[in-house]
Amino acid sequence: MRILVLALRRVAWMPPTLLGLTLIVFTVSHVIPADPARAMAGENASTAQIEALRTKFGLDKPLPQQFVRYVTDVLSGEMGVSLYSQRPVASDLLSRLPATFELAIAAIIVAILIGLPLGVVSALYRNSPLDQAVRLVTIAGLAMAAFWLAILLQLLFSMKLAITPVQGRIDGWGPDPITGFYTVDALLRGDWEMFGTSLRYLALPTLTLALPAAATIVRFTRAGVLNVLSSNFVFYQGAMGIPRRIVVWKYILRSALIGTLTQIGLVFGNLLAGAVVVETVFSWPGLGQFAYNSILQSDYNAIMGFTLITGSAFIVVNLLVDIAQAVLDPRGR
Amino acid sequence: MSMWRRLLRDRALLVGTVIIALLVLVAVFATPLSTFPEHVTAFDPAQRLKPPGAIFWLGTDRMGADIYSRLLFGARLTILIAVVATTVAVLIGVPIGLVAGYYRNWFGEMLMRVSDVFLAVPQIVLAIAIAQTLGPAIHNVILALSATYWPFWARLVYAETRSQRNEIYVEAAIAMGASPLRVMVLHILPNIMSSIIVRTTIGMGGTILVAASLGFLGLGAPPPTPEWGRMIAESREFLPQAWWYATAPGIAILLVVMGFNLLGDGLRDVLDPRIRRSANRAP
Repeated sequence: MRILVLALRRVAWMPPTLLGLTLIVFTVSHVIPADPARAMAGENASTAQIEALRTKFGLDKPLPQQFVRYVTDVLSGEMGVSLYSQRPVASDLLSRLPATFELAIAAIIVAILIGLPLGVVSALYRNSPLDQAVRLVTIAGLAMAAFWLAILLQLLFSMKLAITPVQGRIDGWGPDPITGFYTVDALLRGDWEMFGTSLRYLALPTLTLALPAAATIVRFTRAGVLNVLSSNFVFYQGAMGIPRRIVVWKYILRSALIGTLTQIGLVFGNLLAGAVVVETVFSWPGLGQFAYNSILQSDYNAIMGFTLITGSAFIVVNLLVDIAQAVLDPRGR
Repeated sequence: MSMWRRLLRDRALLVGTVIIALLVLVAVFATPLSTFPEHVTAFDPAQRLKPPGAIFWLGTDRMGADIYSRLLFGARLTILIAVVATTVAVLIGVPIGLVAGYYRNWFGEMLMRVSDVFLAVPQIVLAIAIAQTLGPAIHNVILALSATYWPFWARLVYAETRSQRNEIYVEAAIAMGASPLRVMVLHILPNIMSSIIVRTTIGMGGTILVAASLGFLGLGAPPPTPEWGRMIAESREFLPQAWWYATAPGIAILLVVMGFNLLGDGLRDVLDPRIRRSANRAP
């Protein structure tokens, strides 16, 4: 019941938050001194042509009026047309969504596979040489600029060892879409060669995103396990004669992972942010690259659409994390 | 235990302090320390893309400028951006958090909702949008960073102020006739200062990373500014031959951000007695 109230309250706050976000991005993007109508019309366009475009996209109206018009359009499911590609923003975003999700999901899986075991072991063997080494690596991992890590990986794996492509997502066209995830689609169609290729393209951007995320997960898992190890209920279970192994792997992990789960949720949000830089470096045709290009081209509608989508995703992820946390922790019920 | 003894005992704090102290020294004495101080703005195309050696310690870049010298002057820029952007973010975020946490009414609620809005989108996206709108210049990068970072401090101070609001010392101060401003600034603020200091130290590292990313994406200070992120971006077309080109600035960013993170972690151990006690408890 308490969880339901929490969820409803948060969902109710979503529309005003998104409205505020739209207002901020609208203000920021429309202060741009560049003239999108002129840019769109091309170099040799006449003043009349530019004026026509301006009228067509409502760029001649006062800003508050443009804002209201934008919000009403979005509410009726219309995100406008990209000033640059001339395609509807919604379909542009939709076509790029799978690439980013494939990357983010792959990265979070890799990060969890590396981060969780290392964090637990690091806590159980606290202050051992292994723990010290893990801590040093995580500190470095959190301080590394993503674009630099990307370049180092390209230098090693693509240029020296030549086992991964430098950038891009696939050779030629990807597999016929089912899910839009190239690796999954290739598997579903039984195309092993395509699967191998897409995996090699996916490897470096995934690693770039996963390593800092893994470092965060290690830190929080380690802290969580250490915290639980010293709590009274572990002491009590030990005194009751429950074998140490069961206490560690069943009770301690469960309590410790609740904290980690919150972090994984937040890390997932950070992956979306990291995607902007990483996708640009690897020419990965996802939302991040789209956002970066749109910003450079002063493509208002595209920027606004991207912000709305990411903002919604951020809020939903945070909400899911809070709900999962409330459900998982028996003390919170 | 005295502050100095603790500093020596806590390795994170020690290493962090040393790195940051070195950074400051390098930034202050960039001119005497550099081997080619003129290479920040002047170039020597005959010497372009030379590997590290006796003359050019860390090699030269595409314009034939000494990378080592440019790195030193880049340290100035890094400190300038991090310190100013973070300070502005603190100066906006802390008062908002204090007021919102102290007055638990619609006004406080509204302030926090506004900060939620800023937190609802990846920081770098807003920063890129603002930096692109305003044009490539150092002060615009600083503006973009502070405009996107203040909500982190507002959130923190809000949560801390709310928990302090019910303490007896606050009640006592109010009972003695202290004005709200006095209670907030002279009573609550000193009590939450340690978390602000820790958050600010770690925030410096984060700010440097985002600033470098902006530089890398071409939205930072225009060339020939020796900005570390931009140097890495320039190196890309000369890989893999000119491996030294990206290596040095990358390590510089890594070290400095690590320094701030270690310093923040160390300060937390020193300043926050609660964590100190639990950390010393036997597992």
